[in-house]
Amino acid sequence: MNYDEEEVIEIVEGIFSGNKRALARAITYVENDYPEGKEIMRRIHSKTGKAHVIGLTGFPGVGKSTIVSKLTQEFRMREKKVGIIAVDPGSPFTGGALLGDRLRMDGFDVNRNLWVDPGVFFRSMSSRGRAGGLAAKTGDVVRLMDAFGFDVILVETVGAGQSEVDIVEVADTSVVILMPEVGDDIQINKAGILEIGDIYVVNKADLEGADKTARWLKAMLMMDEGSVEILSQTTHADEARVQSGEIFEGLKKGWVPPVIKTIADKGKGIKELADAIEDHHKFMIESGMLEDRRKRRIKRELFELVMEEVKKMIKTEMNYKEIIQRILKGELDPHTAAEEIVRRLVRA
Amino acid sequence: MAEKKIRVLVAKVGLDGHDRGAKVLARFLRDAGFEVIYTGLHRTPQEVAMAAVEEDVDVVGISLHSGAHLALVPKVIRYIKEYGADPEEMLILVGGIIPEDDIPKLKELGVDEVFIPGTPISEIIDYIRENVRRKREARRMKVKE
Amino acid sequence: MEKRSGLPLQKQFLAVSINGNFLILFPEKLAKFKCLNKDDRKMVMVMTNLDEIKKKRAEWEKKCLKPFLERSGEREEKFETLSGIEVKRVYDPTDIEHIDFIRDIGYPGEYPFTRGVYPTMYRGRIWTMRQFSGFGTAEDTNARWKMLLKEGQTGLSTAFDFPTLMGLDSDDPLSDGEVGKVGVAVDTLKDFEILFDGIPLDKVSTSFTINPPAAIILAMYVAIGDMQGVPRAQLRGTIQNDMLKEFHAQNTLVLPPEPSVKIIVDIFEWGVENVPKFNLISISGYHIREAGSTAVQELAFTIADGMAYVEAAIERGIDIDKLAPQLSFFFNSHNDFFEEIAKFRAARRMWAKIMKEEYGAKNPRSWWLKFHTQTAGCSLTAQQPLNNIVRTTIQAMAAVLGGTQSLHTNSFDEAWALPSEEAVRVALRTQQIIAYESGIPNTIDPLAGSYYVEWLTEKMEKLAWKYIEQIRKMGEGSMLRGVLKGIETGFFVKEISNAAARYQREGEEGKRVIVGVNRFTIEEELKIPILKVDPEVQRKQIERLRKVKAERDNKAVKEALDWLRSAAENDENVMSPILEAVKAYASVGEIMGVLKEVYGTYRKPIII
Repeated sequence: MNYDEEEVIEIVEGIFSGNKRALARAITYVENDYPEGKEIMRRIHSKTGKAHVIGLTGFPGVGKSTIVSKLTQEFRMREKKVGIIAVDPGSPFTGGALLGDRLRMDGFDVNRNLWVDPGVFFRSMSSRGRAGGLAAKTGDVVRLMDAFGFDVILVETVGAGQSEVDIVEVADTSVVILMPEVGDDIQINKAGILEIGDIYVVNKADLEGADKTARWLKAMLMMDEGSVEILSQTTHADEARVQSGEIFEGLKKGWVPPVIKTIADKGKGIKELADAIEDHHKFMIESGMLEDRRKRRIKRELFELVMEEVKKMIKTEMNYKEIIQRILKGELDPHTAAEEIVRRLVRA
Repeated sequence: MAEKKIRVLVAKVGLDGHDRGAKVLARFLRDAGFEVIYTGLHRTPQEVAMAAVEEDVDVVGISLHSGAHLALVPKVIRYIKEYGADPEEMLILVGGIIPEDDIPKLKELGVDEVFIPGTPISEIIDYIRENVRRKREARRMKVKE
Repeated sequence: MEKRSGLPLQKQFLAVSINGNFLILFPEKLAKFKCLNKDDRKMVMVMTNLDEIKKKRAEWEKKCLKPFLERSGEREEKFETLSGIEVKRVYDPTDIEHIDFIRDIGYPGEYPFTRGVYPTMYRGRIWTMRQFSGFGTAEDTNARWKMLLKEGQTGLSTAFDFPTLMGLDSDDPLSDGEVGKVGVAVDTLKDFEILFDGIPLDKVSTSFTINPPAAIILAMYVAIGDMQGVPRAQLRGTIQNDMLKEFHAQNTLVLPPEPSVKIIVDIFEWGVENVPKFNLISISGYHIREAGSTAVQELAFTIADGMAYVEAAIERGIDIDKLAPQLSFFFNSHNDFFEEIAKFRAARRMWAKIMKEEYGAKNPRSWWLKFHTQTAGCSLTAQQPLNNIVRTTIQAMAAVLGGTQSLHTNSFDEAWALPSEEAVRVALRTQQIIAYESGIPNTIDPLAGSYYVEWLTEKMEKLAWKYIEQIRKMGEGSMLRGVLKGIETGFFVKEISNAAARYQREGEEGKRVIVGVNRFTIEEELKIPILKVDPEVQRKQIERLRKVKAERDNKAVKEALDWLRSAAENDENVMSPILEAVKAYASVGEIMGVLKEVYGTYRKPIII
């Protein structure tokens, strides 16, 4: 399928000259697999890699959108331009989606109106009930915003399943937002939550259980191998040094995810969060981990894209339905079938 | 290439606080398979326009019960232009308490259609589907030239 | 032996319960039972042999109903009220067997007030005919009011424009295009002077539909009374002043919930001492209903809000028996005729119990639920608008049969714009015809004793109590905290939103008939005279404001505003500083601005 050259040129020029409408249109092309989309991505790629990409996730109701809004304000005060992508689940049945996070942004009579601030761009995206391919799409949108010139890009997702974990890995810094847990049984052991965050936030920290939740988190996060090793050798006499964290100072300095308490509604803790994000960014660059992470990301994306291409090819060039039938009937085994398919693809 | 989903901005502009219609509409549109962005209450024309541009919507649906439509709707259209987009590419729809006399005036200003109370939402959905298709085709033709 | 009283039927019986079985003793047989003393014999019994009735019913269903059903069937599978309560084919004494006449129904003017708050109701005085009005400038509204008073309206009711409702001045950039559109524009006391020019505050009672700036408007009214020389203790009227329902439904939101409630209690505190005849709040269900709730939700959430306000007042140390007579309510009257009547009766009964038993009010006046009703705006159609006259009539009748104290009937062109003179007149005549031609007001609570209506009243009360207990739990025992929690979590908004979506769906699918819209439609061109607001209004109003600001004593204004700021910051009562600011011709926007500074502005979390 052929793309419209004039359109592509206009959009790319628009992106490089800070035209919001061009960026918005480019995102639409990319999201919907227009041929213009791929071509635009080709042409802007060289201008990407500068922005700090921050992923924010958390269950519905924790206050993510408010935090995104307040963080945006904070970064604007630090003279950073902010792009925001809010990923909402769409209905897998109707394909429709109610994308609502825009609303939390302060507008109206507040001195800093984020809705119309030229240094802020907010785009809602529906995850359309599909898990695969979402990371690549979001990655593209991030790169578009990067090329546009945003210093910080916030990717906000609803944390409720595997796809959202993928999203967080699209980011340089991932922030996991939680609410205080009440009761003796701390439930924060949902799959993967403790592994994916670079920074943890306990929002609505004025509620009961906030301190307990934060302390528990801190304790769990310290349980990396090195720390466990050290802790296993401590005695009662070392108690004070354990509490203060002094005992870990000998350790090779990794990044221990900080736990930050916020009351986003009132703007409390936001500065600390922004500081932690900037600290993490610095750490990533200095330690070389940023490059590692991006390499991993690119690898994953590349494979995702290759798989998409391969799938497309299989669907159009091969009678794969017949192959499936044959496997079902026992005439062919899946391994042989796969090898045969690859051979045919290579020849094609 | 899949048919692009229809994106609709449901907007409440001005001081009017009646959101029952807008909220019900947003739900029904979502159930019809559209991607819906609801602005919430008390938005200024600039905010609505910027949202329309950044979200690259196919439809801007403005809900008004305050009688301020002749003042506020043209402003939304003006700001859409100012922020770099072409309102012609979007379906601009207005719904709510709009006197019959004002409907032609609004259409002259760039509104595509006005829906008065009692209009079944299914009618609005059909209208959107037909006319978004029409606008997209027109754009493709324009671009080809 | 169990003694029971109940609904009077033709004869008086003595019903004796022996091991759960009822035995009916006709009066002539009484003498045979020597164990019964004179008092027992004199006792009024209402219960008939329920077993006999049940048998009769079963017989009817088998012999009369069943064959008929088999031949003709019924229009629907199930019949429901608008709230979704299933309605039976026919009701009889068995449906209300546990209802006790004296305990649950009684007489008007007496606890539990199911039948009305006054012993004479409309035989003593017809309800107040209070048509909501206001638009454009104060002059325009003043002229309309004088017309309405001439036509026989007995109380005034004020509609304000959106900027005023939101506490903004007419020259605020956010007010552009909205000045004077949906109501009268008020910026300073000057506008009030014009509004009430020639209208004596000792003869007329005025109701103000105003919420965030209610304190300011009350202060302006008091200032006018002072100017006219009317003693404050004589001022009568109402300020709506109900912020909780704004958070649930109406969305005129400026300050956050807690400060909003605080200011309302300030008004209570000041009001009971200074304007004892003035209704300091109109606890509203109307808007909740308009936003799409069911009748049960309207009932429950309104009563819950009322309880929250009472608790807040008690916390402040206000004597509940002093405050209660100055509390009033405001309900919607929608299409389901009997459901609405039952709702009003249930409301009175619930509130009486709550005030007496839960809050310990001692004065019987404190147990009264007095209310204003407006017919349902959301039920009106733009198609075939004359039909709206009929809808409004049915809804008005329900309100009257429900014992409302005052009534606003909508005009038939309400779906289009603010009502024209002719339409308003018809709406008023609707009330007058019901009052003087129909005979309905000549006896009190005529539907009492109806098997259906009593059953439905009780049913609605039960369903409403369920909500109230749910809210109470959210507040860990406190209704005030429960309601505030519900606002925070979006509980009320979600309930209302779901009901609204369901209502719309039923209409679209044709399950619910809307005459003229989804059935009995015609090709039509609308030819109603529509009242348009003069676009000059905004300009004139801004000019007037500028003039007032130029001619007033700005030093006095600043001092008053500083006083207000300090009072707000120190958690003191804000009414006195507001009154001072108002008399110095401070503007609504300026006063509201100070409150916003101190308390912050609120942004509503959106739940669709």
